[in-house]
Amino acid sequence: MVTALSFDIAHMLAGGLVLVSFMLLYQDRLHGLINTYALHALVLSASVAWQAWAQGAPHLYVTAAVALLFKALVIPLALHRIIRRLGIHRDIENVVGIGLTMLTGMGLVALSMVVMLRIAADADPLAREDLAMALAVVLLGLLLMVTRRNAIGQVVGFMSLENGLVLAAAGARGMPLVVEISVAFSVLVAFIVIGIVLFRIRERFDTVDIRALDDFRGERR
Amino acid sequence: MQATATLLTVVSALLAVAVPAVALSRRPWAGTLVYGVSLAASLAGLGVALAALLAGAGSELTLPLGLPWIGARFRIDALSAFFLAVVNLGGAAASLYGLGYGRHEEAPHRVLPFYPVFLAGMNLVVLADDAFTFLVSWEFMSLASWALVLAHHREAANRQAATVYLVMAGFGTMALLLAFGLLAGTGGEYGFSAIREAVRDPAVSSLALVLALVGAGSKAGLAPLHVWLPLAHPAAPSHVSALMSGVMTKVAVYGFVRIVFDLIGEPAWWSAILLLALGGGTAVLGILHALMERDLKRLLAYSTIENIGIVFACLGLALAFRADGMGWAAALALTAALFHVLNHSLFKSLLFFGAGAVLTATGGRDMERLGGLIHRMPATALFFLAGSIAISALPPFNGFISEWLAFQAILQSPELGGWGLKIVVPAVGGMLALAAALAAACFVRAFGVSFLGRPRTPEAGTAREADRFSLAAMGSLALLCLAAGTLPGFVIDALAPVTRLLVGGAMPLQADRPWLSIVPIAESRSSYNGLLVFAFIVLSASLSAFAVHRLASSRLRRAPAWDCGFPVAGAATQYSAGGFAQPFRRIFGTTVFAAREEVTMPPPGDMRPARLSLAIHDPVWERAYLPLARAVDALAGRLNRLQFLTIRRYLTLVFLFLVALLLVLALWT
Amino acid sequence: MILDILVQGAQMAAVLAAAPLVTGFVRKVKARLTRRKGPSLIQPYRDLARLMRKDAVVAENASWLFRVFPYLVFAATWVAAALVPTFAGGLVFSWTADLIAIIALLGTARFFLALAGMDVGTAFGGIGSSREMMISSLAEPAMMLTMFALALVAGSTQLSTVSAVLASPEVGLRVSLGMALVALVMVAIAENARIPIDNPATHLELTMVHEAMVLEYSGRHLAMIELAAMLKLVLYLSLIACVFVPWGIAPAGAGVAALALGAALWLAKLAAGGFLLAFFETSIAKMRVFRVPDFLGAALMLGLLGTLLLFVSRSM
Repeated sequence: MVTALSFDIAHMLAGGLVLVSFMLLYQDRLHGLINTYALHALVLSASVAWQAWAQGAPHLYVTAAVALLFKALVIPLALHRIIRRLGIHRDIENVVGIGLTMLTGMGLVALSMVVMLRIAADADPLAREDLAMALAVVLLGLLLMVTRRNAIGQVVGFMSLENGLVLAAAGARGMPLVVEISVAFSVLVAFIVIGIVLFRIRERFDTVDIRALDDFRGERR
Repeated sequence: MQATATLLTVVSALLAVAVPAVALSRRPWAGTLVYGVSLAASLAGLGVALAALLAGAGSELTLPLGLPWIGARFRIDALSAFFLAVVNLGGAAASLYGLGYGRHEEAPHRVLPFYPVFLAGMNLVVLADDAFTFLVSWEFMSLASWALVLAHHREAANRQAATVYLVMAGFGTMALLLAFGLLAGTGGEYGFSAIREAVRDPAVSSLALVLALVGAGSKAGLAPLHVWLPLAHPAAPSHVSALMSGVMTKVAVYGFVRIVFDLIGEPAWWSAILLLALGGGTAVLGILHALMERDLKRLLAYSTIENIGIVFACLGLALAFRADGMGWAAALALTAALFHVLNHSLFKSLLFFGAGAVLTATGGRDMERLGGLIHRMPATALFFLAGSIAISALPPFNGFISEWLAFQAILQSPELGGWGLKIVVPAVGGMLALAAALAAACFVRAFGVSFLGRPRTPEAGTAREADRFSLAAMGSLALLCLAAGTLPGFVIDALAPVTRLLVGGAMPLQADRPWLSIVPIAESRSSYNGLLVFAFIVLSASLSAFAVHRLASSRLRRAPAWDCGFPVAGAATQYSAGGFAQPFRRIFGTTVFAAREEVTMPPPGDMRPARLSLAIHDPVWERAYLPLARAVDALAGRLNRLQFLTIRRYLTLVFLFLVALLLVLALWT
Repeated sequence: MILDILVQGAQMAAVLAAAPLVTGFVRKVKARLTRRKGPSLIQPYRDLARLMRKDAVVAENASWLFRVFPYLVFAATWVAAALVPTFAGGLVFSWTADLIAIIALLGTARFFLALAGMDVGTAFGGIGSSREMMISSLAEPAMMLTMFALALVAGSTQLSTVSAVLASPEVGLRVSLGMALVALVMVAIAENARIPIDNPATHLELTMVHEAMVLEYSGRHLAMIELAAMLKLVLYLSLIACVFVPWGIAPAGAGVAALALGAALWLAKLAAGGFLLAFFETSIAKMRVFRVPDFLGAALMLGLLGTLLLFVSRSM
C-alpha cells in the first residue's frame, strides 16, 4: 500500500493546502475569501480521504466527508448568507500590505519547516514533512487572523487554522475517530458562536469592523 | 626583474610624479605629464600583475622601512596579482580618461598632486605583506582619496561629504587596526606569514572577522556602513569617482578576502550566514536607493553598493562551501565573486566616465535637466549603453557571467549542512535575482532619461561630444566588457590559481572546451556560451533586417511624433526620472524609505498650480547615524568645558593621568 | 551531424512559423467564448505582411536606436525561443544557453524595448517603459526562483536535461513543482502582457503597458516587435509544456517518426495552452496597475517557497 506515489500524492495535497492558505492571505474581497476557504476545505477533504485510502483507515473517510460537507459547503454558504444579510460587500481591510503579509507567511513556513524537521529528526521523513506542512497551515491561519480587521476574515482565519489541525491529525496514524469528530464539532461550535457574536457586534455598533470593539473597550489610541 | 620589485618601482614612479605636480600643477601641460606618467605606470603594473597571475610566479621583497623588527614586507601571490591587475587596469583607464577630462578641471592644483598618490596607495595596499605596511598604505589611500573628494571644496555639499568620509574612513581603519592587533596577538608578530601560522582562540578569530568586516565593509560600502559612499564618490572629479567606485572598493574587498580567507584560518560557522545576509540586503537596498536617485553620479554610487553586496554574498557562499569541504563549489562561488570584482571595475569605471562626459558637456548631473544626449554625443551614448547593459547583468555582456556563476553556485548549496544556511541561501538567491531585475530598471531609467527623448534644458540641447581621450578610455572599457562577456573562459582560467590558493580547489579548465563555452561543473548540469549567443543575436538581427529590407519595404518617412494624436511640444511633458521611479517608489519605497506622496490640488477657480510633494527617508541614516551624531555632539558639548581651564589645571590633568597610567602598570604585573 | 543541424534549423523555423498561428488561435478562441465569430486563424500572418510592406513612419527626433532595436528585440527573443525544447530535446546548440541564460535573453529583449519606448520622448512611451520595467522587476526574480526549483529537482539548468529528468517516472509528484507551476503560469501571464496584468487588445492609452511602450512604432519596425511578442508567447507555452508535460519530446538523435510525433504533440500542447489562456482571459477582469505587484509578489513568494522546500528536503 505504501508506495512512493501514494506518499507523493499525500505530500502534494498537504502542499496544496499550504498553497491555498497563501491564496487566503492574498484575497482582498470577502466573497473571494470565502470561496477560497471552500477550496481550502476541499483540498483538506481530499487530503484526508487520500490518507484514509493510503492508511486503510475507513474512519478517516468520515472525517473527509465531514470536512467536505460542513467546511466546503455549509459554512461557506452560510457565510455568504451572513454577508448578504448584513449587507457588507466591502473589501477586507488589511492591517499591513499584502506583500508584507506574504513575506511574513514565507518566514512562518520556513520556521515551521525548521522546527518540525529539527525536533523530529529521527522520525519518518515523510510524516514529519506532513507535520511541518500542517504546522505551517496553522501558523498561516493565525497570521490571517492577525492581519485582518474584518470579523469574517478572522472567522475564516480561525477555520483554516482548524483545517491545519485536522491535517496533522489525519497524517498521524491511529488517531481515534472521536478526536476528529470533536475537532469538526469544535469548528462548528466556534462558527456558531462567532456568527452570533458577529450579529451582536453589528446590532450594537452597526459594523463588523473589530476596531469598533477597541473603541468600546477604550483601547483606541 | 622580480615582479614585486617592478611594481614597487611603478609605485615610486607614481609617487615621484606627485612631487613636481605640487609645484607645476597650474601649468597647462602639468595634467598631461601627471596623467601620462600614471597611464604608463599603470600599464606597466598591469603587465607585471598579469604576468605574475598567469605565470603563477610569486615573489617577495622586504624593505628596511616601517617597524624595525619586521621591516616593510611586500609580496605578490595569485590573490594580490589578480587585484593588482584590477587596480592597474582601472588606473590605466582613468588616467587615459584624465588626459582629456583633466583639461576641464577648474582646480587642477587640488587634483594633480593627489591623483598619482592615490593610485600608489591602492597598489601598496595590495602589495603589503605585513599588517603595519598594510594599514599605513590603507590610510595613505584613504587620505589621498579624501583630498580628492575635497577638490571642489567650494560647494558645501562636497565639504560635508568629505567630513563624513573622513570620519567613516577613520572608523574603518580603526576597526582594521584592532583586527590586526587581535590577529597578531601579544607577541606583535605583524608579518602576514606569522599571522597565517598562528594558532588562536576561536573567539578571537570571530572578533577579528567582525572587525575586518566592519573595517573593509565600511570602505567597500556594505550596508549599513555605506552612508558615506553616495556622498563622497560623486563629489570627486569623475575619473576619481570611477577610481573610487570601480577600484578602491575592490581594494577593500581585497583586504577582506586577504584577512578572512587567508589569514584567519577557519572562521566561525555563522560568518557565512552573516556575509550572505549582509550581502543580499546590501544589494537590494543599494539598487533601490539608486532607483530613487535623480543625480546621475549618485545613482552610480548607489549601484556600486549593490554590486558590493553581490560580491559579499558570493564570498559568504564560498566561505560556507569551504567550511563544508566542498572545494569545487567554493571555487565556483569565489570565482563568481572575483569575476564580479573585475566586471564591476570595468563597467562602473565606464559609466562614471560617461557621467563625467555628460557633466562636462552640460554642466549638470541632475537627470531631470538632461535628455536627448544621444543626438549630440552619439559615441558617449553608445558606450554608456554598453555599460548599462553590462551592469544590468544581461547577456551577451560580462555582468551576466558573474551573475550566472553566482546562481550556479547557489544551485549547488542544498547540499550544505546547517539550518541557517538552508533558509538564508534561497532567500539570498531571490534577493540577488530581485537586485538584478531592479538594476535593469534602474539603468533603463538612467540611460533613457539622460540620453534618450528630447533635451529638457538648453544646456542639454547644445551639449558637445567628449574629447578623443575620454572616448578612447570609454571605448576600450566597453570592448573589454563585451570581451569578458563573450570569452569568459579565459578569465575563469586566470582566476584558477587564486581559488586554488584560497579554497584549495578550482573550476575545471575552460579554455579547451569546444566553441569556448563555460561549464562550471559538468556539461549535463549547466553551460553557457557567450560567444555563440552574441553571434546568434547579431546574425539573426542582421538577417531579419536584411530580409525585411529586401523582401518587404525599406522606405522610411520622418513625421512628427504620434503620441496618440496629441503631441505636446514642451520637453517637460516627457516622462521624468521621478515619474519613471514612481511605480517602484510605491511598491518598495513606502516600506523601505517611508516614501510619502502628497498632492495639493487647489480648488476650481484657483489659479495656483497643483503640487506634488514627495518625502523620502533613508532609514539607516535617520535611525542609526543621526542619533549617533547627536550623542557625539552632546558628549562633545560636555567635554567642551575642558577647553577653558587654566594652565595649572591642564598640568594637573596631565599629571593625574600619568600617575594613573603608572598605577595601572604597577598593578598589572 | 547534418541531421542534428537540420533539426535545430527546423526548430528555429517552427517557432517562428507557429508564433502568429498561436496568437491567432488564442484570439479566435477568445472571440468564440464571447460568442463572436472572430478573425480568421491566419489573420496575424496577414497583419504582419501588411505591416512589413508599409512605409515605416519614424518620429522626427528618433535616434538610430529606435530603428535598430526592433531587430535586436526580435533576434534576442528568437534565439531564446530556439533554445527551448519544443518537439525535440538535446538539440545541437542547446548547450549554448541554459534556463538562466534564456530568462536573461528575454531580459535583454525587454531592456531594449523599454529603451526604445523612451527614445521619442513622449509621455506614453515613458509610462509604458516605466510600468513594463516595474512588472519585470518582480516577474523576473519570480521566474528565476521558479527555475531554481526546477533546476534543483533536475540537478541541472540545461532545459533538455530538465525536461528529460522530469519526464522520467522517479521524479513523481512534488509539492515544490506544483508551486513552481503556479508561479510560472503567473509570470507567463505577466510577461506576455495578458489579462489581468495588461490587455493586448486595448487601445485605451491609460490601461495599456506594452502597447503604450511601442506606440510610436509603425510599419516593419512594428511588425518585428509584434512578431517578437508572438514568439514570446510560444516560448512561454513551450517552456511550460516541456517542463510540466514533458512527454513526447523526441530525445537527442531520435528518428524521423519520433520527431514527427514530437511535433504533433507539441502543436497539441500549444493548442491546449492557448485554449486555457483564452479561457482564463475571458473569465477574469483586468486589474489595477498597483494590484499587479501583489499578483507578482505572490508568484515571487511561491517560487521562493518552492525553492525553500527543496533546500529543506530533497523529497519535496
